Amino acid sequence: MRFMVITKATAASESGVMPATEDFETMGKFIEELVGAGVLLAAEGVAPSGTGARIYFDGEKKTVVDGPFTETKELIAGFYLVEMKSMEECVEWFKRCPITTAPGEPTNIEIRKLYSGEDFGEEFTAEQREAVARREEKADPAYRSA
Amino acid sequence: MATDTHRAIEAVWRIEAPRLIAGLTRLVRDVGVAEELAQDALVAALEQWPADGVPDNPGAWLMTTAKRRAIDQIRRTETYRRKVAEVGRDLAESTPDIGTLVAEDDGIGDDLLRLVFIACHPVLSTEARAALTLRLLGGLTTDEIARAFLVPEPTVAQRIVRAKKTLATAKVPFEVPQGAELAARLASVLEVIYLIFNEGYSATAGDDWMRPALCEDALRLGRILARLTPREPEVHGLVALMEFQASRAAARTGPDGEPILLADQNRARWDRLLIGRGLAALAKARDGGAPGPYALQAAIAACHARARRFEDTDWVRIAGLYEQLAAAAPSPVVELNRAVALSMAYGPAAGLALLDQLAAFPALRNYHLLPSTRGDLLAKLGRHAEARSELRRAAALTRNERERTLLLDRVAALEGRPEC
Repeated sequence: MRFMVITKATAASESGVMPATEDFETMGKFIEELVGAGVLLAAEGVAPSGTGARIYFDGEKKTVVDGPFTETKELIAGFYLVEMKSMEECVEWFKRCPITTAPGEPTNIEIRKLYSGEDFGEEFTAEQREAVARREEKADPAYRSA
Repeated sequence: MATDTHRAIEAVWRIEAPRLIAGLTRLVRDVGVAEELAQDALVAALEQWPADGVPDNPGAWLMTTAKRRAIDQIRRTETYRRKVAEVGRDLAESTPDIGTLVAEDDGIGDDLLRLVFIACHPVLSTEARAALTLRLLGGLTTDEIARAFLVPEPTVAQRIVRAKKTLATAKVPFEVPQGAELAARLASVLEVIYLIFNEGYSATAGDDWMRPALCEDALRLGRILARLTPREPEVHGLVALMEFQASRAAARTGPDGEPILLADQNRARWDRLLIGRGLAALAKARDGGAPGPYALQAAIAACHARARRFEDTDWVRIAGLYEQLAAAAPSPVVELNRAVALSMAYGPAAGLALLDQLAAFPALRNYHLLPSTRGDLLAKLGRHAEARSELRRAAALTRNERERTLLLDRVAALEGRPEC
């Protein structure tokens, strides 16, 4: 089963401070281990919310608000997409994730099981799946070049 | 609460078992003894962790415990001195200080690769290789393997015991084969992984989740191997092939478990993430030079994956790839597929010409897909009487009731159609 593992923003990540070389190395080593175990499907870092935007929906009304957003601890700093046998296995893996936090600034990693197409039920129709597939296909240059 | 710890230990075991067993095999040079030591360490964890909690570095804890037991065991035996000499300084020097035993992180990849080659060694039967690989590298229990292969658990347990004994008796070295031998041995490894994958893939409609989960196990093993042998194009080729096939898993059976042919599959249900990974793996396989049979099959699968609708399929390219595949790994079934591709690319007459040559293959004499394909092409050419006779022959040969009905329906539909 697939899991999305979400790492949370910190004051440093939100201010756009890049990790130190040794942090890249420790993190890289962890990612290497995930790849080496054949369980990592994707991993990305997310730019600070200052470069982002939000669209608020309220009935028919739509409001666009540019970042940064205030609730740092709830913001996403990166994510992993992994394939694991169980939630427990995922937890055991990510307990090993090398997260460095400044004293007094605790953080957390959130693990969420992904729905597979079947979990959505009848509401997610074949036409909708088709549309999703078409969008993904257009967004992925590999389909054109390979 | 104890149950939570047990589940955590189970998860740790899945993650650590292959590395643990690989590291221990290097130490004691016997995969059976190594596995026993690893199991002992697991038992120790089950005893201690529920009370003390899971340690910060569970892998190192298990390795230290197992190595301590290995040393005790070797000390107890009369052959201690001889063993120490055999195993070398590694063990002798580190005996006084257990702490330094676990600090050796390097070489784990090499150990794992050696373990892969031992588990898939040609002295073992194919079934034994598959069971041992799942057990030692996939971290599956004997019970899980038994359910996956639909055999009784004692059979699998016995198979594994015998396999380990065979390896010990044959004194199979714990090493990565070199030179020309590497290619042959690697082929045996790839065969085992693909066998495991197909065991799961052919059973996606099964009500036991263990069988479809085998596809994930095989993919995981393939990805591990790709990481360990990045310069082997066929490893990437096999991974690509499995990624493409797995990407279609959700689309290839209907609500009642009935198979849906490639042409009729709802391509929106194909897993784009896996297709993307398959294309990436295929690109790596291509970097390695002339493609082998797995890379070629993956390239064919990629043609289907790239076609948004069945009508968009690049049959000319597929026919070319089948020609290369027929040269690299000749087989009547490949020729049959090539004939279908030729007919799709250049018309039914082109396919029929090849099929007519295939009738001579003894392997295909009772293979229902030969007359059914011939029947298809003849019908397309308007030779209805011949088509009916071929389809009837196919119906008589198939063992699948649903397929027989389909074939006979087609015979009926062609009844009374004028010859062209």
